[in-house]
Amino acid sequence: MEPLLEITNLHATVEGTEILRGLDLTVNAGEVHAIMGPNGSGKSTLAHVLAGREDYEVTDGEVRFRGRDLLEMEPEERAREGVFLAFQYPVEIPGVNNAYLLKAALNAVRHARGEPEVDAIDFLKLVRSKMSLMQMDQSFLNRGVNEGFSGGEKKRNEILQMAVLEPTLCLLDETDSGLDIDALKVVAGGVNSLRTPDRAIVMVTHYQRLLDYIEPDAVHVLSRGRIVRSGDKNLALELEERGYDWLREAASA
Amino acid sequence: MATNSTEVETLVKSKYRHGFYTDIAADTVPPGLSEDVIAMISAKKDEPEWMLEWRLQAYRHWLKMREPNWAHVQHPPIDFQAISYFSAPKSDADRPKSLDEVDPKLLETYDKLGIPLHERARLAGVAVDAVFDSVSVTTTFKEKLSEAGVIFCSFSEAIREHPELVRKYLGSVVPRRDNFFAALNSAVFTDGSFVYVPKGVRCPMELSTYFRINAANTGQFERTLIVAEEGSHVSYLEGCTAPMRDENQLHAAVVELVAMKDAEIKYSTVQNWYPGDEDGKGGIYNFVTKRGDCRGDDSKISWTQVETGSAITWKYPSCILRGDRSVGEFYSVAVTNNLQQADTGTKMIHIGKETTSTIVSKGISAGRAQQAYRGLVRVMPGAHKARNYTQCDSLLIGKECGAHTFPYVEVKNPSAKVEHEATTSKIGEDQLFYCRQRGISEEDAVNLIVNGFCKEVFKELPMEFAVEAQALLNVSLEGAVG
Repeated sequence: MEPLLEITNLHATVEGTEILRGLDLTVNAGEVHAIMGPNGSGKSTLAHVLAGREDYEVTDGEVRFRGRDLLEMEPEERAREGVFLAFQYPVEIPGVNNAYLLKAALNAVRHARGEPEVDAIDFLKLVRSKMSLMQMDQSFLNRGVNEGFSGGEKKRNEILQMAVLEPTLCLLDETDSGLDIDALKVVAGGVNSLRTPDRAIVMVTHYQRLLDYIEPDAVHVLSRGRIVRSGDKNLALELEERGYDWLREAASA
Repeated sequence: MATNSTEVETLVKSKYRHGFYTDIAADTVPPGLSEDVIAMISAKKDEPEWMLEWRLQAYRHWLKMREPNWAHVQHPPIDFQAISYFSAPKSDADRPKSLDEVDPKLLETYDKLGIPLHERARLAGVAVDAVFDSVSVTTTFKEKLSEAGVIFCSFSEAIREHPELVRKYLGSVVPRRDNFFAALNSAVFTDGSFVYVPKGVRCPMELSTYFRINAANTGQFERTLIVAEEGSHVSYLEGCTAPMRDENQLHAAVVELVAMKDAEIKYSTVQNWYPGDEDGKGGIYNFVTKRGDCRGDDSKISWTQVETGSAITWKYPSCILRGDRSVGEFYSVAVTNNLQQADTGTKMIHIGKETTSTIVSKGISAGRAQQAYRGLVRVMPGAHKARNYTQCDSLLIGKECGAHTFPYVEVKNPSAKVEHEATTSKIGEDQLFYCRQRGISEEDAVNLIVNGFCKEVFKELPMEFAVEAQALLNVSLEGAVG
């Protein structure tokens, strides 16, 4: 079977500094991968490069998503093809209704899939069911996008959007950061509800804590722009105990 | 339409009653301004002596005035002798015969704005049959208004039919000598609207220039006067979201509002005159004086404007808060794209006790456009406990445009409370990327963000206007990114 996502020798720079230096990663449908690593190792850069952020320049390598060249696509095209990035710092868009943005996004994605636009009633029904899953209050729908949301509310909102849009590849950028334990459980519940055989989840995280609630099939350690070690969930536990230094040494050796 | 031009021809051919001599008998007065030309305009409109005298006094004063140069706009000097100050409506023979003869780009815009078909023809200046849809609408509309005792007619008609009201209020808010362009307008204004709402009457519908017969061809030097008597209420909509075909480059309108005790006037504008092409060629110069006088206690005047058109806009709808506890409001969205320039804002003059004013200004600049907010809040010594709140936000799209803020505050009463907040933000790469990552195209994302930015102002617009205004903004900013 063809992998869902196949990254080969990926190099990327930000403002002239090389951050990713030959990264290889293969993700199959149905799998959950965790990308761990110290600050500055390139975790967030990887997520943003996959989503198509323009400030990041890909200088070498290849990314294939469902057999297609992902790097050729515009960000909105990637989204419509099923790539979703849950942002570490979701941006505020004042005055733009949360529900309005979500409906516009859903219809853009549906349009790309050749499905008809969702009407207001079906949309509300869908969103309400996902909101109860995320334990979010209905009033969220009528607030400005992330406007005045607490850190935890923003993260829940990201997962809510993900649950509504039903992407094929979910990229989670430090979704656990800034969450208290109760919020973390809710967010993890939302993510777990999206684990299906035809979907893959790639989580970028700093801490093992998240993996207690979302059990990964594979764990990778990123250091200086490359994956220096891969393993199963036990690797995360080992990292929790030993830190990253031993791997960093291994990488530079 | 046919009736109109016949009327005008009759007027033109008739001898001037006031003893001025001229040998011009064409529909369009040749370029240039003089007492003769003014007399001719007045004669063509069959105006009484006092009206002509009023115009001439304005003209004589205008001659001594200089064109203001303090606005943050640039344009070549205007040759006022090169402008024609009166042109009769085009005869049907000169008009496009059907929409097939109209510039396809214009039609495309109508399409994007969702303008109904029969409206498109009127807007594009197509010769239409005397009987078309809006005539019957207009008739019903007029009947309803007269039942309520509301006078709503063209300015020319008001001079003829209600001279006592016009004489009483004309120039009472914007004096003839107020400023260069107001003086010019006072001398040469061609037509406009007149509204009078009697005591205690709540106008049964929104008044719109759209429904007024003869709305076409009054654009260049328009004069509007609205008087709301004690305890009355009126909402007036000016303009149209569709780009109007217009040959006149200089527009200098004057709008005067008078609100008596407990009266309320809500004045909403959507302005979309031709902004010129991408290189700034052509386009309307829009130099407008709009002012409202809260003459009675507990009166209220509210200005809401969405300005997207014109090459240059120079406009400061203002409120004189004379009555105690009177309220002035100004809500504005101004969009400049390509090489458009706008210097716009408001003046709130607090005279009465416990007067309050609110200013919400949203400026959006894209392309190489320049935009300035210029606002004055003046609290006079007698305005005890006056309050003002000003919020002035600018949004920049791209790297080559500019936004400038010039707030003037003069407080002469220590019990007054004046607040000013201002922000300037760039349409964030982060915001755009966020929307695109959710599958929304770049253009839709810009529209979404801009409409969110303007929300506080749009909610002040009457419902149908608000929907149109959003569509208009989207069209105005087309191609602003990328």
